[in-house]
Amino acid sequence: MADKIGIYVCHCGSNIAGTIDVEEVARWAGKNIEGVVVSRDYKFMCSSLGQQMIEDDIRKEGLTGVVVGACSPHLHEKTFRNACKRAGLNPFLCQMTNLREHVSWVNSDKAAGTKKAKALIFASAERVKRQKPLEPMEVEVNPATLVVGGGIAGLQATLELADAGYPVYLVEREPSIGGHMAQFDKTFPTLDCSACILTPKMSEVGQHENVTLLTYSELEEVSGSVGNFKVKIRKKARYIDYDKCTGCGICTEKCPRKVIDDVFEAGMGYRKAIYSPFPQAVPRIPVIDTENCTWFTRGKCQVCSKVCPTDAVDYDQKDETVELNVGNIIMATGWKLFDCKRVPQYGFGRLANVYTSMEFERLCNAAGPTSGKIVMRDGKTEPKSVAIVHCVGSRDVTSNPYCSGVCCMAALKFGHLVLEKTKAEVYSFYIDMRTPMKEYEEFYQRLLGEGMHFIRGKVAEVTDAARRPEEHGKLIVQAEDTLLGKQRRIPVDMVILMGGLEPQADAKELGIKCGLSCSMAGWYTERHPKLDPVATMTDGVFVAGVCQGPKDIPASVAQGAAAAARVAGMIAKGIVTIEPIVASIDEENCSGCRICNDLCPFNAIEYDEEKKVSRVITALCKGCGTCVAACPAGVITGAHFNNEQIFAEIDGILWDAREEATV
Amino acid sequence: MKFAYYPGCSLERNAAAYDHSVREVSDLLGIKLQEIDDWNCCGATEYFSQNELAACAVIARNLALVEPQTDQIVAPCAACYLNLAKTDKLMVDHPEFGKEVNQCLAAGGLKYEPGRVTVRHMLDVIVDDVGETAVRDKVVRPLAGLRVAPYYGCQVVRPIDNNDNPEYPMKMDHLLSWLGAEVVDYPVKAHCCGGHLTQISEPQAFELIRRLLQNAQDYNTDMIICMCPMCQLNLDGYQSRVNGFFGTEFKLPIMYFTQMLGIAFGIDPQKLGFGKELVTAMPVLEAKLGGQLV
Repeated sequence: MADKIGIYVCHCGSNIAGTIDVEEVARWAGKNIEGVVVSRDYKFMCSSLGQQMIEDDIRKEGLTGVVVGACSPHLHEKTFRNACKRAGLNPFLCQMTNLREHVSWVNSDKAAGTKKAKALIFASAERVKRQKPLEPMEVEVNPATLVVGGGIAGLQATLELADAGYPVYLVEREPSIGGHMAQFDKTFPTLDCSACILTPKMSEVGQHENVTLLTYSELEEVSGSVGNFKVKIRKKARYIDYDKCTGCGICTEKCPRKVIDDVFEAGMGYRKAIYSPFPQAVPRIPVIDTENCTWFTRGKCQVCSKVCPTDAVDYDQKDETVELNVGNIIMATGWKLFDCKRVPQYGFGRLANVYTSMEFERLCNAAGPTSGKIVMRDGKTEPKSVAIVHCVGSRDVTSNPYCSGVCCMAALKFGHLVLEKTKAEVYSFYIDMRTPMKEYEEFYQRLLGEGMHFIRGKVAEVTDAARRPEEHGKLIVQAEDTLLGKQRRIPVDMVILMGGLEPQADAKELGIKCGLSCSMAGWYTERHPKLDPVATMTDGVFVAGVCQGPKDIPASVAQGAAAAARVAGMIAKGIVTIEPIVASIDEENCSGCRICNDLCPFNAIEYDEEKKVSRVITALCKGCGTCVAACPAGVITGAHFNNEQIFAEIDGILWDAREEATV
Repeated sequence: MKFAYYPGCSLERNAAAYDHSVREVSDLLGIKLQEIDDWNCCGATEYFSQNELAACAVIARNLALVEPQTDQIVAPCAACYLNLAKTDKLMVDHPEFGKEVNQCLAAGGLKYEPGRVTVRHMLDVIVDDVGETAVRDKVVRPLAGLRVAPYYGCQVVRPIDNNDNPEYPMKMDHLLSWLGAEVVDYPVKAHCCGGHLTQISEPQAFELIRRLLQNAQDYNTDMIICMCPMCQLNLDGYQSRVNGFFGTEFKLPIMYFTQMLGIAFGIDPQKLGFGKELVTAMPVLEAKLGGQLV
């Protein structure tokens, strides 16, 4: 059958038409490309009128292939494939050419842009002529979900799904769920107690019949794809028998080894070598820190084992790997605090009474090391003046260019707590005060009324180098007050550095395991920054909370719920459509060398011992093409990406070179 | 380790002690310094704000004079170092400007290919290239008991890629600790000494100098160790004027870090230029290190 190709060049308003002569491209394609029977340009091809135009042409002209020169296929491939399908053309006979991201948005020379657009359209036309109709495949969705991270975003996602009746595995690296929110004293702007609103959710998760809690565990490996992931979780040895332990806490009480708690207490308090991070921990099962336990380091002690009433201490316990089958994954891995030592001029680590924001959270927490009393490092003196330094490790080209979003509000919260609990003067050094969410600006106004001092200027340094007698023995905060246009030096007793939010140290590594990419700053990349904020480029993997970008508690909760809703939708539908772009092996000619078996990153190739040939497991194949390229006999074909199609595409791109050569 | 050596004008006169100690210490550490033949003044700080092209051409002449087989130049003076590095970077980053500079050089029959020569400061060479082990190996007279404040000044720590934090540098702190000295965490270590402000407004300049001396004294410092002739001149040469102006009684010797290296390596203080400073260093050195140093 002779080819009947339709070419459709979109203006995208002026997005494409601004730097490409779209009318010329359409006219030229109609005249010069063999087999083209219609070639049109249109203001917005994705509009219903544009789609209707394509459908009408398919029906009237009997098109055998459609090329749409528009935006990225990420955005509208589905749109145009559906249009073709409605008109009776197999959707895989529709090819998109990315004229926007690949040409008009990255180019300002109209002549050059037009020339490149012609080459790309030519390539797509040559390719589409050789494309084969394909039928999408459907697979069942495993109703179980893996949630990685037990902070507030992960907890919310877990509860939404569990309450809907679906099984959830919640993996948390620390001994208890709760995340950073468990460390906070109050939450802004309502000032309700963080623990009081968090712990009910924690215990609900801990007791939920649909939730399997895997604390003190790490995600090791992910294989499979949407609907049917296989994940490996490493449960780190707690050295406590989970079933025997009642969580009575006698072991912790009697343990003679005290250790500075760098994690939960941010270095401000102590814990024992056998410990639960905090009283409301879920689960209440302690862990032994083998780096500090006297039994593990020196072979002496065993007090915990002696005092345990249920004989639950097991020094021989080993890490254990469990394999789970899940249909979807929600990543809610959170953040870490910027290391304030990276800004040495602010003195953290050198000057005793310079604190990080997380240290200060613990300092004013009623359950913290000072029972909520705001005192200096000597443990007894109340500060008479406190400076709060904004943007430490945020909005700074030498560390992180982005705004961490939550620090201004946390600083206001700190200011309020200091004013409430002490007689100290409070100075906030800010660049811009950022209070955009519900009732946040009102909270700022409230602090202005409460007498907090606001100095607009980025702090140059925090120093103990006194210039005037009144500065002796104080920490001096120097900044240019950009409202006054003057240098200010404020001597204070205590300085709080509002450290920025940073991606977890292993975020990238963990992301690679489940097919997530990271932004320049290291946050997980969502499918679309505005219209698809919790899905990712990997079907079946969703993101929630700060691991996707800095955000506050309400936004994290909303994202956790949103990710859960997306997953619930997938489970409720029960099946998921998978693109039929997979590899296939010509068994007649397969030599059984098995080179492809080990190369496949998705473990999608099995070996038939009887017939001595390799075979692709279609449901697992992601169509990456690795085996196609590697097969020494050349008998593996990638559907939709076979040699003929790709060479035709290259040939098309080089149309003008070919012409020049003949001339 | 072979470097082209650019002493600069200060090191010929008021900072001769710096030049002597650099040469002595380099010899001992196996750093070969080949003084650039017929080098000229770097123009200091003023010329840049008058005429950037001329300023750069004057500096680039020195880079052009570096022998073809040498690709690194070392300058002990902070201003010279910054000017040489800045000129090279301007020529690399702005090829058109680089061409203009080369047109100027062509009048003298010279040519400089931007980026060909890497500009280094003496401190970076000793800390990064020679390194801790080699420096410690050479120490025969540890500076134990001597409390020193490392003072970097403002020019060397401009954000040039030299492996140190421009806001709170640590390299000289480390180096002096390798010599066994007690290093003060000197909070004003990267603050300005006032530069040429003494010639324009004494009250302002003296206040800047006072802060540096006051802070060192607050920390019970025996001496301030610097790496820039301008800083040394201001803190040492103006110390008695500052005392007169504010009624203070500072008596802090201001020495170059290469002089301290030399002392720790057992080199004769005379050869290191000791005695050229106005606030004499010998009494405190002998008191702290014990006995005669010669």
